[in-house]
Amino acid sequence: MKKLESSLKNMAIVLTGIAVVAGALLGYVNELTKGPIAEANAKALSDAIQLVVPGFDNNPAEAPESIELNGATYKIYKATKGGEFIGAAVESSANGFGGALNVLVGFDKEGNIIDYSLLSHAETPGLGSKAADWFKKGQKGDITGKNPGQAPLTVKNDGGEVDAITASTITSRAFLSAVNAAYAAYSGQNVDTTSGATQQATATETEVKMCENDSTKVCTGQCGHHHE
Amino acid sequence: MNNFKVLMNGIIKENPTFVLLLGMCPTLGTTSSAINGMGMGLATMAVLVCSNIVISCIKNIVPDMVRIPSFIVVIASLVTILQMVMQAFIPGLYATLGLFIPLIVVNCLILGRAEAFAAKNGPIASMFDGIGMGLGFTIALTILGGVREFLGTGKLFDIAILPEEYGMLLFVLAPGAFIALGYLIAIVNKLRNA
Repeated sequence: MKKLESSLKNMAIVLTGIAVVAGALLGYVNELTKGPIAEANAKALSDAIQLVVPGFDNNPAEAPESIELNGATYKIYKATKGGEFIGAAVESSANGFGGALNVLVGFDKEGNIIDYSLLSHAETPGLGSKAADWFKKGQKGDITGKNPGQAPLTVKNDGGEVDAITASTITSRAFLSAVNAAYAAYSGQNVDTTSGATQQATATETEVKMCENDSTKVCTGQCGHHHE
Repeated sequence: MNNFKVLMNGIIKENPTFVLLLGMCPTLGTTSSAINGMGMGLATMAVLVCSNIVISCIKNIVPDMVRIPSFIVVIASLVTILQMVMQAFIPGLYATLGLFIPLIVVNCLILGRAEAFAAKNGPIASMFDGIGMGLGFTIALTILGGVREFLGTGKLFDIAILPEEYGMLLFVLAPGAFIALGYLIAIVNKLRNA
């Protein structure tokens, strides 16, 4: 077959034809993979929730509660066991070294950190990417069992008590500010999320009450927290 | 040229990374570990083989003046399909490479082979060229990723060989990619001329 001549008509027909075929093919594959992709994402999320607030018997991923705080939206996945509230996983984010750092933090009903999971990040491999394990139980920067309501978590450089990731202070700060923000959304109180270091919160009471019925209601008073 | 020669050509004599120096952006960007380099190489190979076959089949119905836009549409569609399939069936690998998959579209290796080989040869030969070039690219990226991972963190394919304290962080970062690639190209040049 001889090669088609580059006349205007030929070019228009060929380009249109290729675009139509490509479009149809993409639509078909999208239809085919839509289900599995949604399933994979849902599984990743429910696995992460299972990790950070273990022991629930409801389906927290089903009905997340959205809370708006300081212009950011936080998703709260409540975990219950036998109908009783046992804790929640809070999706939070902060600006890391390489871009958005999304983290899912699990709190028990007293507001202590159970565990966390790094959902997505763009930190430097080998440096900031260590945040995926660094702050876990038994690791150098262990934050589990800590309660950001008593004092916001900060790295040692900023006068806090958490060991920052070696050579990745910016990532560590971002991570901790995401955790503090998650706690703030969880407890409904207002915390300065941009700089955990300067935060002077004084918690007079460790018990944190979730506003179970009305998510938008500010429960500062009920919670017994106040800060300067 | 027979098909076996076409295949070996891509792996050694005209290795896309070490000899042709094509597709440097994903090469430097994704090779922070051996496994990432290998994943990127295999994903690129999948696209390259398909695009070479398709382009070789449609080469006679595409007028010369619109061949580049036509090829790009074909390549972009294939990459998008690959992305959706990976996201659906291998979400683990997708989470690591996700950022770089769309970049395969602008990988000059793929358009380069479409222009230099597929547009002039039959579908079978083009397929072998795609496999050869793809393997060459995968091997090169795996070696580069392995060297960087080993020097940077003391691990290889995530298995600790040296204690992490011996790692030179530089090699995990972008400058280390340039240094390691430069030395690898020098070594390959030396071997080729020997």
